[in-house]
Amino acid sequence: MLSRRGVVALAVSTLLLGACSTSGEGGGATSGAAAGSEKVTFEFWNLATAEPMKTFWAERIKEYQAAHPNVTIKNIAIENDSYKPKLATLTQSGKAPDLYSTWGGGVLKQHVEAGLVKDLTSDAADVIGGITPAALSAYQFDGKTYGLPTDIGMVGFWYNKALFKKAGITEPPTTWTGFLDTVKKLKADGTTPIALAGKAKWPGHYYWSYLAMRVAGLEAFKQAGTSNDFTGPDFVAAGQKLKELVDLQPFQKGFQGADYSTPDGQAATMGNGKAGMELMGQWAPSVQKDSGKGLGDDLGFFTFPAVEGGKGAPGDAFGGGGGLAVGVNAPPAALDFLKFSLKAENHSKAVKAGGVLPVLKQGEEAAVTDPHVKTVSETLAAATGFQLYLDQEYPPAVGQEINDSVAELIGGTKTPEEVVKSITETAKAESE
Amino acid sequence: MKTMTGPDARPALSPEGPAPARRRGRGSRRGRGWVTAILFVLPALVLFALLVLAPILVAGYTSLYKWNGIGPPSNFVGLDNFTRLFASDIFVGDLRNGGILIVLGLLVQLPLSLGLAVMLNQRIRGRAFYRLLFFAPYMLSEAIIGVLFSLILSPEAGLANRMLVSWGLEPWTWLSEPDTVMFSLFLVITWKYFGFHMILYLAGLQGIPRELSEAARIDGAGSWNVFRHVTLPLLGPTIRVSVFLSIIGTIQLFDLVWILTGGGPSHASETMAVSMFEYGFKRSQIGYSSAISVVMFLISLVFALGYQRFVLRRDLEGASTTMGDRR
Repeated sequence: MLSRRGVVALAVSTLLLGACSTSGEGGGATSGAAAGSEKVTFEFWNLATAEPMKTFWAERIKEYQAAHPNVTIKNIAIENDSYKPKLATLTQSGKAPDLYSTWGGGVLKQHVEAGLVKDLTSDAADVIGGITPAALSAYQFDGKTYGLPTDIGMVGFWYNKALFKKAGITEPPTTWTGFLDTVKKLKADGTTPIALAGKAKWPGHYYWSYLAMRVAGLEAFKQAGTSNDFTGPDFVAAGQKLKELVDLQPFQKGFQGADYSTPDGQAATMGNGKAGMELMGQWAPSVQKDSGKGLGDDLGFFTFPAVEGGKGAPGDAFGGGGGLAVGVNAPPAALDFLKFSLKAENHSKAVKAGGVLPVLKQGEEAAVTDPHVKTVSETLAAATGFQLYLDQEYPPAVGQEINDSVAELIGGTKTPEEVVKSITETAKAESE
Repeated sequence: MKTMTGPDARPALSPEGPAPARRRGRGSRRGRGWVTAILFVLPALVLFALLVLAPILVAGYTSLYKWNGIGPPSNFVGLDNFTRLFASDIFVGDLRNGGILIVLGLLVQLPLSLGLAVMLNQRIRGRAFYRLLFFAPYMLSEAIIGVLFSLILSPEAGLANRMLVSWGLEPWTWLSEPDTVMFSLFLVITWKYFGFHMILYLAGLQGIPRELSEAARIDGAGSWNVFRHVTLPLLGPTIRVSVFLSIIGTIQLFDLVWILTGGGPSHASETMAVSMFEYGFKRSQIGYSSAISVVMFLISLVFALGYQRFVLRRDLEGASTTMGDRR
């Protein structure tokens, strides 16, 4: 049994516990200029848990701290899927990390509206001028810039040249009809045409989004974003086109339980040569190698086919990147470090390592050595238009509803009409 | 009791004693007793209020708002979140999935645990080893088991399908089809929890005096009759507690489902807690997900109180829920 003194000690320790939780707050906000000798510490939340970006950031932090001995950067790398909940927990308390990864779009906009993010328009004007507009667009709202991109890329079909050849396909398809033919040929040859991570949901939304871009055109997404109405016939048609593909049963066995980068997931299926193609972003080759064997020279890339009679240009690209935003209370050193990492001589190192694509207008092209990165980079540079991932473009609720409904369309539990109805309902409810 | 505490506890010379002094002494002692009791309870009470009561109240408050979790909630919508909730196919599906798992748990998992417990209560070789073996899965966390089984049940490279194929059978869909996912999920839940319930039953069985079953046997009862009329009734309190834990655990099921299926495919294995996480953290609809948490809390509360009041009454004689009608 506890003595009375023990009881008092317990009560005191409880009070202390309470006190501890409040004393940790407010660090960093009062710190001085980056150049000063005053000690500055700031937190850097990022997604670089894998190579080569892990080393890239570790090196930049080391260099920056060596040049600014008064600055300490806390490098907090968080795995992609746990990053969003972690960030959401922090923003709920009305705070944002000093420097943090963002995909821009709807989520960043919510942070901006809540006053959590620093407006970089004038403070970073020198850097902003040197960044390509396509890379920058996801972080700009009403003419102001709230984040800087460190990566930009696009989604397209990665295909296994050997398997295509075996099925007698000489040229990658350029139209949707041709694409469906390709799928049929692969299937007839006994090859799984497409690898898909049904459990992860977001890879499925690429199909619907690209089809909607080709059928309805980029302008339709902008309109739907403001009117919150996705019920137009073109959006339904996109779902019907996707249904045509799903009806061919093109995906690997058990795809609805498959994740993206797990040992048996989409990337591994593709990387181990068990499927003909996958629709994925610029990171696909490295993840294929990471989760599977990798295809080496057998890996090819083609853009999403045009849809006959569609309003969208076949050169329009769908994708996104990654960037960094600065918390409103962050010390100036945070922005200074961000600018430092975006200098051509620094950022090109990340490009050279194959971790990201160029975001700067000048000084990075030579760094692109990887043939796959080069293909994506050139295709993107030649793109006639650009659409950000829909689960980033719109508020999180709408983005997740798109992912969810499209997954159900692919799973066979929702019709194309029900998909657009669900998305519209969520979008309308969000905007009320 | 009263002679054990207090500085003025002296041996009573006679049963009558000096009555007035005694009453006064008892009164002040009781006052001091309260202070001590409050001091003892205070740390726990503070933690309880801070970590349990406050979040419940906050969730109740935010469930009345349409709130994306950033900045203070300002858009008051009344009970709108709750009406949307009960109109949602996903949430109704959550309730159905929870119901299925509860029924399966009661009909399959608990009888299985009971059977094993009865077997392992007999004198058999390696009894301690079997007990340890069956209890081992319970010692692993749900997260670890989730990862473990997502590898085992993986469609192509998974152990389960490889074994099926090596026996000349067709690989099965396990977690990847809406109509098989609940079965697979239940299999994993059972694998984790049957050992826990088995240990509960074993403890209960050891509390049953051997003389009773011996007496029944002498009276000519066979094994089944001994089990049915001696063991089972005396195991009643344990079974009632085990049922209670099983149901409450299923209502709150999250970790396993989140890791194994994420609620899919097409929401076929989604539970209330998974929806809550999905809406709260992925869709930033904190108000709506608070409403889910409130409903979850109310279901658990009503069930827990009702169960204690009507089922556990005999076992909990004197507890707060039955105090009113003590006979």
